[in-house]
Amino acid sequence: MTPQDQLAPFLRRLADAGLRVEAQASPGLAPAQLILVQAEDWGRLGHEAKAWACRWVAGWGEDTGEDGSESIRVNACFEKAGTYLVARTAVPRATPVLSSQTASYPGADRPERHMRDMLGVVFSGHPDARRWTRHQAWKDSEYPLRRDFPAAGRPQAQTPADHAYNFLLAQGSGVYEIPVGPVHAGIIEPGHFRFQAVGETVLKLEERLGYTHKGIEKIAEGRDAEGLARLAGRVSGDATVAHAWAACMAMEKAAGLEAPPRALWLRALMCERERVANHVGDIGAMLNDIAFAFGFYQFARLREDWQRVSREAFGHRFMMDCIVPGGVALDLDARFIAPMRDEVGVLRKQIGRLMAIINDLPSVADRVRGAGVLKPEYARALGCVGYVGRASGMDFDVRRDAPYPPYERLKVAVPLHHYGDINARARTRLEEIAASFDLIEALLAGLPAGPIRVGWEHPAAGAEGLGLVEGWRGEILSFVRFGADARIARFFPRDPSWTTWPALELLIHDNIVPDFPVCNKSVNGSYSGHDL
Amino acid sequence: MLRILGKIQRIGIVTEPVPRLDEPALTEIGEQLKARVGEQFGGSLAIREVDAGSCNGCELEIQALNNPYYSIERFGVHFVASPRHADMLLVTGPVSRHMEAALRRTYAATPEPKLVLAVGECGANGGEFGTSYASCGAVSNVIPVDAVIRGCPPTPLDLLRGILEAIGRRSSDR
Repeated sequence: MTPQDQLAPFLRRLADAGLRVEAQASPGLAPAQLILVQAEDWGRLGHEAKAWACRWVAGWGEDTGEDGSESIRVNACFEKAGTYLVARTAVPRATPVLSSQTASYPGADRPERHMRDMLGVVFSGHPDARRWTRHQAWKDSEYPLRRDFPAAGRPQAQTPADHAYNFLLAQGSGVYEIPVGPVHAGIIEPGHFRFQAVGETVLKLEERLGYTHKGIEKIAEGRDAEGLARLAGRVSGDATVAHAWAACMAMEKAAGLEAPPRALWLRALMCERERVANHVGDIGAMLNDIAFAFGFYQFARLREDWQRVSREAFGHRFMMDCIVPGGVALDLDARFIAPMRDEVGVLRKQIGRLMAIINDLPSVADRVRGAGVLKPEYARALGCVGYVGRASGMDFDVRRDAPYPPYERLKVAVPLHHYGDINARARTRLEEIAASFDLIEALLAGLPAGPIRVGWEHPAAGAEGLGLVEGWRGEILSFVRFGADARIARFFPRDPSWTTWPALELLIHDNIVPDFPVCNKSVNGSYSGHDL
Repeated sequence: MLRILGKIQRIGIVTEPVPRLDEPALTEIGEQLKARVGEQFGGSLAIREVDAGSCNGCELEIQALNNPYYSIERFGVHFVASPRHADMLLVTGPVSRHMEAALRRTYAATPEPKLVLAVGECGANGGEFGTSYASCGAVSNVIPVDAVIRGCPPTPLDLLRGILEAIGRRSSDR
């Protein structure tokens, strides 16, 4: 069944509901289908998509001012059973008002607030009028993603702290508040957590993010393809391979070219190596957060071993800047293939032995079982992806359900759990490590010969592309539009953390404050990838 | 418990006589670091790490200093949870405008005498992000910086060397 066939019933449903919808061809967005929707139908589209059991993937806007039009374009991406749909509408720049989709999709809450702060699109009926991405670096009457806003901005000599944000307060006898951050106690990224607690028990956690907002969407504008790949590789440094791949995939689709097979296999090899490195490090860090130092040091050791091989084979411990438009920057020398395969065998055995010890310890089980439960219905409501979703019954993986080369030729095992506690997320991640080992072996065995890069061809002005990649945190969506002179006009990367940060607020409810670090680490949202 | 002890014994000590890679000149770095920390900081150098807007790449490599290969604590260097306990701030960038006030306050909360190291290309000069409506760029645009450690991200060895050099510069200043 083609994506068009799968979407036909949904389009009929929209027509029956009285929505004026028009399908439009946009090859760069494939496999996603593009539909144009009337602005007044935006909220109802959300309602119908939810009734059709679609997942809300992402929302982003675009000031298309360059062509002289006076409108702002808004997109929302939906997914059902591996079929993607991009819905698009336009609102006048003078009165950019749309009905919110947050009532149907709680996961649209922060993305809509981000669009309001960055682009000035007002979502009527949105339940939360507070700013989100904006702190005090620009005025509430200014919108950085508007064409008339200079990338340099108009900053004050010193940007004041954002002290007037209205956190929700719990009240009553014995209720108290714990502010944490933005500078955290550990060597981690900055953000603010506001706990309302009674004794040890968390009544409510509210996150305040945006501290690492670096203007990525704005400073992408005007870059060439290689410059965008470098920037995408720094959206979230721990997922540099996956973000660079997604952005390059989007740019290649816009340019109508495909990287050669060997490059695609090498990209997948790097992406699986990135997944293993992060999961192995995080399993150790979770054990550290429950004060099991033995486990922490053992997994930290394995991660270091793994990163050193990455450096030897690809020249960089994170494989940064190895993925470039049209292919990969460097080839894998044949002499690394056997050691890499052996390394998988060694690590598989080592992790097996360590887990035999760890699984046997009641003190570990006591901390991770039944703690930090994300109920499957919450995961579904928020559209959680990656291991956070898969530990709470969300059975989705881009590599299996909307496969991109080379995964359409590989068997991708996708673990699934339903209990949603820390233990389930740890199990999911351990099983994903095992699945990545199988993939790495298959990739090394089947690595095709041939060139690693094709010549870049400048896309036409207005050409757009969509990249969809399963990074180690889950599905990454990357949207790119080229403007004149093959320069980037719009770049929007949606890190999976957008779906899992709100989940952390829910799963910590009724847990004790001292369990927050391990709950947080079991989710491990990216601050930088979210704040952009 | 026996299995844990057995595993610990089998793996042994992986901590390296720093370092194994690259420049032979670096083989002395750990011992030099330890000597200088002993001389100038009474045997222990307390570092407060501040992510002022980084992509998290630098943080992962700074964390790696605590893994058993680098085991930075053996040189008397340890990371502390509060700037009030710190001799040195290790700041990654670029400094986002949204982190600017928090960075200034962290600097103010660190007792004198203090050293500030800007880490990574972004900390050194703004890197890929430069200066914009959202980014102040280099750490030195916001607080006084004593030394920089380049790299995107700097490797754990770059970090060790950078810390050593900063301490060395401090002693030659006096």
